[in-house]
Amino acid sequence: MSQTLLAQAPSLTDFGHDPWWLILGKIVFAFLVALLGTLLGVWFERRVVGFMQVRPGPNQLGPFGLLQTLADGLKMAFKEDILPKSADKVIYFFAPAISVICAVTALSVIPFGPMVSVFGHQTPLQVTDVPVAVLVVLALSSMAVYGIVLAGWASGSTYPLLGGLRSSAQLISYEVALGLSIVAVFMLSGTMSTSEIVAAQGNGTTLTLFGLDIWTPGWYAVLLFPSFVVFFISIVGETNRPPFDLPEAESELVAGFMTEYSSLKFALIMLSEYVAMVTMSAFTVTLFLGGWYAPWPISAWSGANSGWWPLLWFFGKVILLVFVFVWLRGTLPRLRYDQLMRLGWKVLIPVSLVWIVVLAGLRTIGDWDTTSRLYAIGIPAGIVLLVAVFWPSRKPQPQPTLAEQVENRPQGSFPLPPMDLQVPPSPRTRRMVAEREPANVPAGQDSEEV
Amino acid sequence: MTTSTVLAAAGAVSTGEAVTFWILAPLALAGAIGMVAARNAVHSALWLVLTMLSLGVFYVLQAGPFIGMVQIIVYTGAIMMLFLFVLMLVGRDASDSLIEVLRGQRIAAMGLGVGLAGLLGSGVYRATQGSIPVGLEQANAGGNVQGIAKLLFTDFVFAFELTAALLITATIGGMILAHVERRKEDKRDQVATMKARFAPGNYPGPKPGPGVFATSSSVATPARLPDGRLSDRSTPDILPVRELTAEETTLKGTEK
Repeated sequence: MSQTLLAQAPSLTDFGHDPWWLILGKIVFAFLVALLGTLLGVWFERRVVGFMQVRPGPNQLGPFGLLQTLADGLKMAFKEDILPKSADKVIYFFAPAISVICAVTALSVIPFGPMVSVFGHQTPLQVTDVPVAVLVVLALSSMAVYGIVLAGWASGSTYPLLGGLRSSAQLISYEVALGLSIVAVFMLSGTMSTSEIVAAQGNGTTLTLFGLDIWTPGWYAVLLFPSFVVFFISIVGETNRPPFDLPEAESELVAGFMTEYSSLKFALIMLSEYVAMVTMSAFTVTLFLGGWYAPWPISAWSGANSGWWPLLWFFGKVILLVFVFVWLRGTLPRLRYDQLMRLGWKVLIPVSLVWIVVLAGLRTIGDWDTTSRLYAIGIPAGIVLLVAVFWPSRKPQPQPTLAEQVENRPQGSFPLPPMDLQVPPSPRTRRMVAEREPANVPAGQDSEEV
Repeated sequence: MTTSTVLAAAGAVSTGEAVTFWILAPLALAGAIGMVAARNAVHSALWLVLTMLSLGVFYVLQAGPFIGMVQIIVYTGAIMMLFLFVLMLVGRDASDSLIEVLRGQRIAAMGLGVGLAGLLGSGVYRATQGSIPVGLEQANAGGNVQGIAKLLFTDFVFAFELTAALLITATIGGMILAHVERRKEDKRDQVATMKARFAPGNYPGPKPGPGVFATSSSVATPARLPDGRLSDRSTPDILPVRELTAEETTLKGTEK
């Protein structure tokens, strides 16, 4: 089975032989994926968030409200394009375009599927591949920062500038964690080309742990789980999605870097945001979730990984990841700025570095004999365990009881609500109840007086 | 074998390479000139970004895809972004003044610059004239990234580690100079802050906003408390609290 699979997986030599119409077709296909991804992505997000918040979401236009995004886009195109007086005109004009170009171009190195036959031409379902394709995506995502930063600066007003400053610091920080988490993938696959990374995940591997042969799937999300977690957190930060959407934090900065934008330029910014979400999901699928290879129960069918079927698996995985993005938005509150920076620099980056060292160690001892391998794993693990057990813990201060705390309050403190949360009846109510005439007056008394 | 190595096959310059070069070389030069000529610091930085991007593509053309991408990620993506970060804080209207302090220095600098460029260019041209580049295939035999990695971690590992140590030292030095150490006792956590907020003598509510009345919308107008007194908590510390004079409170006659 593995032989037939490998024949389907393209290698770097398979690129660069296509006729011009095929190249054009592939480029148009990738572009359409980006645009349709945005159109459906906005609808998907609104529907899913609506479902999570127990409301219908857009449901009027077209079946299931599918055409709502289209209508919104048209409306945006007909709005007045406002150019602020204090804006830097050229940069203000180009900044949204930079974001869109970077987000769309990254799709060109994403493998959508294996070798297929298009009008008799055997060609990989990928626009192009280079030996450093993963770095191309990283470079484009680092260029996309310019779009946001310049949009914020060129608007010539305070909130956009603050949003731009925040985004430049945030994106640079999370790019470091992003790059470090990919290093583990490079170490296992031995290549930086996206198609070869996918091919390297095609087959399950057998790990030998303590003399036991354990079969694991080839997906790097399983083999390199810490990297996968760090990577996914980083791309959420990299795409400015909640809970890391500080550059546009509407509760603090109105709309952050895009406050001054309107009409088509605003539409471009929204487009770039959603395309980046789709692109980054596709990138995650490529690096960690086996690319276009069929997931486990389907992969038992021998035809699952050939022909046009892999497109289905690929986009299925991408939609799943986009759902996770939306899920995060629906669930998590926005981080504070210092929490964001602390998470990036003090958690994600050290975790990545330690994990890379551990992985390099495991790779090095892979070809040693069993006893020395046991020593090499056991001694560091034992030291770590001992340190963890005997690490001096801070003695917790005895917490004063509630009564003591109430007793120790200084004179003139604010009145304290009852601690058992039982609201005592107010004195006035008590008095009024006592003075009230009984409601059931015997019927005979009135007539007696008259 | 791969696209990039095909583009830079030894000695020969393919059409694609030539076309890319003649498109990007003027752009790179324009970026360099624009960087010097631009008045606005951010514009200057953006021109430099253009030059750096073009250089990155040139590296890719010269069969060095790894160094090309690293150029874009590290230089344009990180270093220039940090430059921009600082420049944006300076303020967007901070442009260079055109007054020459030293008379004729601009002409002299131009002349010297052109002279240096000519000297360097002719020197490089004479040195490389007629020589045939060899060894590109051998260097890239196992792949460009693998070739660089092999050199970095064998022959040049000492220089590599030394550079890394230098950079780390510089970073830590910068952090030490900029860092203000705060003792643990000085840091107030959320519980302590709340206790101080509700301690007797402190008003826990938000500060009142400045008074906005029909006669004045100045921030210097203090808010009026329910009992009619003026609140000095509502105005900034540098502004004194005062009653407005009768002249100030009368209508200015601008209403129709």
